[in-house]
Amino acid sequence: MSSSRPSDHFDSPEPIAQPKLGLVGYLRFFWRQLTSMRTALFLLLLLAFAAIPGSLVPQRTSDPNGVAQFKFENPDLYKVLDWFQVFSTYSSVWFSAIYLLLFISLIGCVIPRTRHHFLALRARPPKTPARLERLAAFTSVETETDAATAIETATALLKKQGYRTEIYGDSVSAERGYLRETGNLVFHTALIGVLVTVGIGGGFGYTGQRVVVEGQKFVNVLGDYDSFNPGRFFSSDSLDPFRIALDDFSVKYELKNKDAIGQATNFVASVTTTQPGSEPTKADIKVNEPLDIGGSQVYLLGNGYAPTITVRDPDGNVVWTDSVPFLPQDANLTSIGVVKVPDGLAEQVGIVGFFYPTAAELPTGALASGYPDLVNPVLQLSVYTGDLGLDAGVPRSVYVLDTGSLTLQAGRNGPEPALQLEVGDKVDLPNGLGSIELSDVKRFASLDIHHDPSQLWVLFFALLVVGGLLTSLFIPRRRVWVKVVGSRVEYAGLARGEDPTLEAAVADLAKKHAEALSLRVKP
Amino acid sequence: MTQTLVSFSLIAVYSAMAVYTLAFIFFTVDLAKRSAVTPAVVEVAAAKSSAAGRATALLERVVTEAPVAARSRALKTAMALTIVGWALHAAGALLRGIAAGRVPWANMFEFSLTATAIIVGVFLLVQFWQDLRFLGAYIVGFCLILLGLATVNFYVDVIPLPDALQSAWLVIHVFVAVLGTSFFALGAGLSITQLLQARREAGRGGPGFLATLPSAEKLENLAYRVILIGFVFWTFTLIAGAVWAERAWGRYWGWDTKEVWTFIIWTIFAGYIHARATRGWRGSRSAVLAIIGFSAVMFNFTVVNLFFKGLHAYSGL
Repeated sequence: MSSSRPSDHFDSPEPIAQPKLGLVGYLRFFWRQLTSMRTALFLLLLLAFAAIPGSLVPQRTSDPNGVAQFKFENPDLYKVLDWFQVFSTYSSVWFSAIYLLLFISLIGCVIPRTRHHFLALRARPPKTPARLERLAAFTSVETETDAATAIETATALLKKQGYRTEIYGDSVSAERGYLRETGNLVFHTALIGVLVTVGIGGGFGYTGQRVVVEGQKFVNVLGDYDSFNPGRFFSSDSLDPFRIALDDFSVKYELKNKDAIGQATNFVASVTTTQPGSEPTKADIKVNEPLDIGGSQVYLLGNGYAPTITVRDPDGNVVWTDSVPFLPQDANLTSIGVVKVPDGLAEQVGIVGFFYPTAAELPTGALASGYPDLVNPVLQLSVYTGDLGLDAGVPRSVYVLDTGSLTLQAGRNGPEPALQLEVGDKVDLPNGLGSIELSDVKRFASLDIHHDPSQLWVLFFALLVVGGLLTSLFIPRRRVWVKVVGSRVEYAGLARGEDPTLEAAVADLAKKHAEALSLRVKP
Repeated sequence: MTQTLVSFSLIAVYSAMAVYTLAFIFFTVDLAKRSAVTPAVVEVAAAKSSAAGRATALLERVVTEAPVAARSRALKTAMALTIVGWALHAAGALLRGIAAGRVPWANMFEFSLTATAIIVGVFLLVQFWQDLRFLGAYIVGFCLILLGLATVNFYVDVIPLPDALQSAWLVIHVFVAVLGTSFFALGAGLSITQLLQARREAGRGGPGFLATLPSAEKLENLAYRVILIGFVFWTFTLIAGAVWAERAWGRYWGWDTKEVWTFIIWTIFAGYIHARATRGWRGSRSAVLAIIGFSAVMFNFTVVNLFFKGLHAYSGL
């Protein structure tokens, strides 16, 4: 320590008497600390650092399956990380604490600066310094013009360049670039605006998902959603009344480029929308082109096949029929679906089906899909009997069949081989239970319905952020003085902060001023 | 037709890499020469003007400008080669775009191809504003490695765009991101030089060529101005990305891994800008921040693309 001190330094024998701080004093002290640039910088860098874990570990909001898998693979680590809320990093207590402190610090900085800037806007440019040659940018020119004319011309010139001017005796003082600080304040205030609109406005919205098969329709009421995530302040009255019927779902496949044959290049969901008090209208929903309807957006986020399956009892009476959405498993749309027939047959029947839009036999004898379009559709079914557990009142997923308590009647390793159907085929169920028919294959579209009233406000503030940033970074704030001293005219400039073009600007002013003066003298 | 254009594009890219390699060698030769010859150059310049019996004022000016004015033949050759290499490189990217019938930055290979072309292009253009030729070895070497790795490891044939990428935002969002990246790359180069220069100025030695480069403070100011431009582009990238995400994925922000890293980079550079206005953070500390920021950009481009799970999966990677 001592080596860094000057040689004549000596430590005071008495400890320094610090002033005693009361409660108010301490509050003021902490407020000062929090709103200091050093703290703001620290919080900013801490925020960047704190965001990293959320990209390393799957997040509940964007990748819930990833979280489940993580839990399965590392149960012990999962517990620790979950305690630290790492699986929802961006709404965790510690992440929220950092950004809230940062924004409080920001507000504490913006308010006094706004007040200060407001006063500066109304203040007059400062008095001309006594010795201009001491300033960073200085130049002088000999002249024969009288002082009053020279100053008058300089004032006009400066005003034309956007300076605010004030004449002090034989000199003019000018200032420009207030917009720089305005932009700075707009930038920071708009950031607060983004945070507030995201935080509060987002609470009034909702998102929901629904799978719609061709020919079916979706009505925007709570009960018609497959899944629904309301915002904090959501009430079911805020669901906009509309209805969407999926008329047709088409997919275009690449056929020419041999490196990409079968790649889907254009998904189009053709729909008919109905809103109260207006005629039904036709519309298309595409991947990058959502449908705007009644204040909500409808996105096309997935698709697949829905085979139309009919189950009949031994007498030929239809006991169950529907187009069942099968969930795609790979790029060639090998899909898995479930059929549950609780009533009408001798036993409850559960069926797990594999659907291959273009079935091809693997060397092992198993089927696989070789192409995503419907070229050779085959449906392969494993049939189970037993208690489906539907009567227990426990909610069950329609996409999952719990086979634990069921008996396999037909399928791999079962008493009978799996049932195999092409379109139009009708085969008997095992044990004389009845028959099953594949009459048609439709496509389904998976629609996401979003409502976020704050969205446009977020965009508005984001654009303010850019505008404020541009003005605050690229508009120079400078003061310029022109002064007549005897037979010389002196020019000097001073910049707030770094201003690489200040000298050039002062030199340019001197040149233009000289030109203007000689113009006046000549005629 | 597509195949012909693609193979022409590849020929152009390989030629560009060969020319860049030569340019890199000449840039390093120039740096080596600066280390050896510099003090003599200044002396000669000063001696010449005094021998001619010029006024004192003129002599002073010659001395102060000498380090900048001395431009070796190796440097001129390197710059000429870089321009030739860039012309080939740009032609390669252009042909690739024509072959695909769209912008040439829809997968990792194309993105690397175009991004390196833009980085070198920005480096060449910046010379009209400031003499940053001393960064040549850094910029050309960096782009050469990136281009080489991408062409060898990530090459894919032209395939049609998946639905999610069929948008005007692909043109805007990605292009502006690349522009931002190029300015950050320049800024990081300047900051590295600044750190070396600060070390030398503190009397702790360093490569000899530093004597011919601007002072640490000048380098810091240059880095700051370059990074400011990069920061504006990055802010725009972030917002354009959010607008596109709203169209394509149904939400403007969802903490996708790529979104997270774009946010982290934005925050680091926001920190860098504030550091310059914070006592105790000017100089070497802020330079370190700029270098960390650019490292995060490269991390985002390489590790996040290749190993992190997310929605920004590049087709045919």
